[in-house]
Amino acid sequence: MGEFFNSVQFILNNYGDLLIKGTGVTILLAIVGTGVGFLIGLLIGIYKTIPIRDEDSAIKKALYKIFNFLLSAYIEVFRSTPMMVQASVIFYGSAWIFGLRLNPVTAGMFIISINTGAYMAEIVRGGIISVEKGQFEATHSIGMTHFQSMLYVVLPQAIRNILPATGNQFIINIKDSCVLSVISVTELFFQTKSAAGATFDYFPAYFIACVIYFVLCFSITQILRYVEMKMDGADTYTIYGTEPVINGADTLKRGDK
Amino acid sequence: MDQPIIQIKNLKKAFGQREVLKNINFDVHKGEVVTIIGSSGSGKSTLLRCINLLETPNGGQILYNSKNILEGGKIHQYCAKVGMVFQQFNLFNNMNVLENCVVGQMKVLKCNRQEAEERAKKYLDHVGMLQYINARPRQLSGGQKQRVAIARALSMEPDVLLFDEPTSALDPEMVGEVLKVMKDLAASGLTMLVVTHEMGFARDISDRIVFMADGIILEDSTPEELFNNPKHERTRAFLTRAMDK
Repeated sequence: MGEFFNSVQFILNNYGDLLIKGTGVTILLAIVGTGVGFLIGLLIGIYKTIPIRDEDSAIKKALYKIFNFLLSAYIEVFRSTPMMVQASVIFYGSAWIFGLRLNPVTAGMFIISINTGAYMAEIVRGGIISVEKGQFEATHSIGMTHFQSMLYVVLPQAIRNILPATGNQFIINIKDSCVLSVISVTELFFQTKSAAGATFDYFPAYFIACVIYFVLCFSITQILRYVEMKMDGADTYTIYGTEPVINGADTLKRGDK
Repeated sequence: MDQPIIQIKNLKKAFGQREVLKNINFDVHKGEVVTIIGSSGSGKSTLLRCINLLETPNGGQILYNSKNILEGGKIHQYCAKVGMVFQQFNLFNNMNVLENCVVGQMKVLKCNRQEAEERAKKYLDHVGMLQYINARPRQLSGGQKQRVAIARALSMEPDVLLFDEPTSALDPEMVGEVLKVMKDLAASGLTMLVVTHEMGFARDISDRIVFMADGIILEDSTPEELFNNPKHERTRAFLTRAMDK
């Protein structure tokens, strides 16, 4: 047991900086991936719920369908292949075909974003259609356009509803960003592997990584729960205006004692 | 009488093969309270939803101040002038009571916030909900929600207010408070078109009552005439059933 702790101590002393940098890259990948992925998902989700009516022109309908098909293709391709393979194809493919030499971290952020976007698109679409139809009708009845209705009424409710799923995606991204080590993105897993390889202390090294991943994910979960609570607002509300005040209420209370 | 605010001419609506509105003709004049009655499935609600363009009619015309609104043009401005109160209230769940009454004025009518809040408070006071402006819809009872929904519609200062079975989703003890607000509105001269199953209420507040069956208007007359002397056998049967309840 003493040997284990010595070894952990040794790794932390000599490779601590490396692991901290790796943790930083992991957090960066997760934040950028979830953030950009959320935006991609939001745009696609909004696009997919645009109402197309019978009386719209044929060109508009055709354009809508073509673009819709492309978006569906994107979603299906990225949901049906592993991110590790996507990373390799995009990273080596861009070099092979276009002669691009991408920075691995930049490539990693790009890949994790479009991968998350594919999942978020379906999550957002689900969030929008889960908002009661009556909410749309009420916005329409006071003269709002579809865009206004989305912006002020539907999306705020949809986003609240998909917050738990988005949090899930965030946690998945923290953990799954480790597959990007395949294109030498210097995130936590990659750095741990280097430290383990250099010291031959595999178990202590990966144990440290394990603790760091857990702390990251657990903290994110708590933060998101807090955000959800904030978004729901207080359970009570203040009465507006002056309530009737009973004269001498104070004295009465004291008199009760 | 002056020019009607709303004129419905040969209005038709079908959902697939099912014809819900067959050939509807009627007018609503300024200051009139018109009630539409009839059994479920007779097309009352669909008619109301067509007038507010929640459903697109398949044929006919809806004239608003003599202009056919089905020929395109400024649909959103028209909707802002023809308010609607729903059976399920449909208050915006992400906003408090005040915001519910303010958002339309600011975003559609382009009022400034101060003006919008003043008007919202005025109408919330009208319906007795001024105390609750900070409450969220989920914190209110059904009757309170419906009164806020009425205030929201009034805040847009509409020319006509449509009511789609406003008390059908309420507990019996809450029906009264909503009907009382509607009675006050009718007395204040607001133009109202009401779909309801409350026969006593319809008789009390209406200038005219329209009886619908199977997608057509069978009778369109004064409450006295319709209740005391219905022309059609179906009207008589419906009224007997409705009054027995």
